[in-house]
Amino acid sequence: MNTADFEFLASILKQRSGLVLAPEKAYLLESRLMPVARKFGFAGLPELIVTVRKERPEELLRDITEAMTTNESLFFRDMKPFDQFRNLVVPKLVESRQSTRRIRIWSAAASSGQEPYSIAIILMEMQSLLAGWDVEITATDISVEMLNRARSGLYTQFEVQRGLPIATLVKYFKQVGEKWRLDAGVRSMVKFKEFNLLDDPAALGRFDIVFCRNVLIYFDQQTKAEVLARIAKAMPGDGVLYLGGAETVLGITDRFVPITGHRGMYGIAGGEPALKSA
Amino acid sequence: MKTCLVVDDSKVIRMVARKILEELNFSVVEAEDGKVALEACKSRLPDGVLLDWNMPVMDGIEFLNELRALPGGERVAVVFCTTENDLQHIQDALAAGANEYIMKPFDSEIIQTKFSQVGLI
Ligand SMILES: C[S@@+](CC[C@H](N)C(=O)[O-])C[C@H]1O[C@@H](n2cnc3c(N)ncnc32)[C@H](O)[C@@H]1O
Repeated sequence: MNTADFEFLASILKQRSGLVLAPEKAYLLESRLMPVARKFGFAGLPELIVTVRKERPEELLRDITEAMTTNESLFFRDMKPFDQFRNLVVPKLVESRQSTRRIRIWSAAASSGQEPYSIAIILMEMQSLLAGWDVEITATDISVEMLNRARSGLYTQFEVQRGLPIATLVKYFKQVGEKWRLDAGVRSMVKFKEFNLLDDPAALGRFDIVFCRNVLIYFDQQTKAEVLARIAKAMPGDGVLYLGGAETVLGITDRFVPITGHRGMYGIAGGEPALKSA
Repeated sequence: MKTCLVVDDSKVIRMVARKILEELNFSVVEAEDGKVALEACKSRLPDGVLLDWNMPVMDGIEFLNELRALPGGERVAVVFCTTENDLQHIQDALAAGANEYIMKPFDSEIIQTKFSQVGLI
């Protein structure tokens, strides 16, 4: 692939999803876009690129963007953040939201669903504490293909082994052929929606807790800052933000501050994060 | 350093598991069936056991029952690691007192996650 073509495709990606593709990742474009080219009946990438340049067909642009996203995810990723969610954050919200009895949670780059479903499983286990409460989990992603996979609640043996304790697997999944399907009860706790983090999330409403994990790493500094600023606007003063292990707000935005002693958790600047003292 | 007993009738599997576990800082002891494993446990209880199901002489479940009956045997963390990957087998293993369950094929990431879930890491 020549430099002009690489830069052209990289600019489309950046513009549509915020994803920044370094030149040394040109090989990724080739390997991931070949299946897209084939699907649309092109002989190869050069033909695909000619068409994109000339006509910019929406369908094709969407598939190109989806093919270039990294969708890897696992249940209870890194464990700790989910333990803190269960032990410190939810109990505190149950105290502070007594008047509304409502908690809203957003999984903002939900991929194939492991993150919002891990949240749902935790809340299911806390049923007695949350009886009579209205707890909403909104899960969004830019990839329609991933959202469909997530909705199906079907996972391979490899996927369920990565992170799910065996007792949880037995309790909440049924075996369907080679795969495992999450119970309808847990699935129904999560509402999946297509949403691009480059857009304004105001229409999604306000969220007490936001998981935005392992997606900012693919964005440049300015995009990170803008995304975080919009998320901050969607959260109350005691809201809690979760980022991935390799992500931070430091040096990027002053809307959030790290919560001392809890890696990966951030509070609204000037606010008091909902966190039970351990 | 924690000790882990790897019980599997396949030499290749034992080798692979040993390599992964040694990288995770375990001292590894091997046994090719449940009976040999039980003898090893009688002389010294390991912290953890990575346990195959189908083996000649004594299978995984029988070994687990015997292990749990030994003094202190209930404290050993037992992680099944087997090609038996249906719900019924998993439930039977849990009922027999297994702490975790790995469905083969496995890799170092899965071993690492499961071992940390049972508190061995
Ligand atoms: C590596 S996954 C992270 C999944 C999960 N949050 C986790 O930590 O395991 C990244 C996800 O971000 C999504 N994504 C990338 N750019 C996006 C954008 N601009 N808006 C929304 N989602 C995006 C991708 O489709 C992909 O599913």
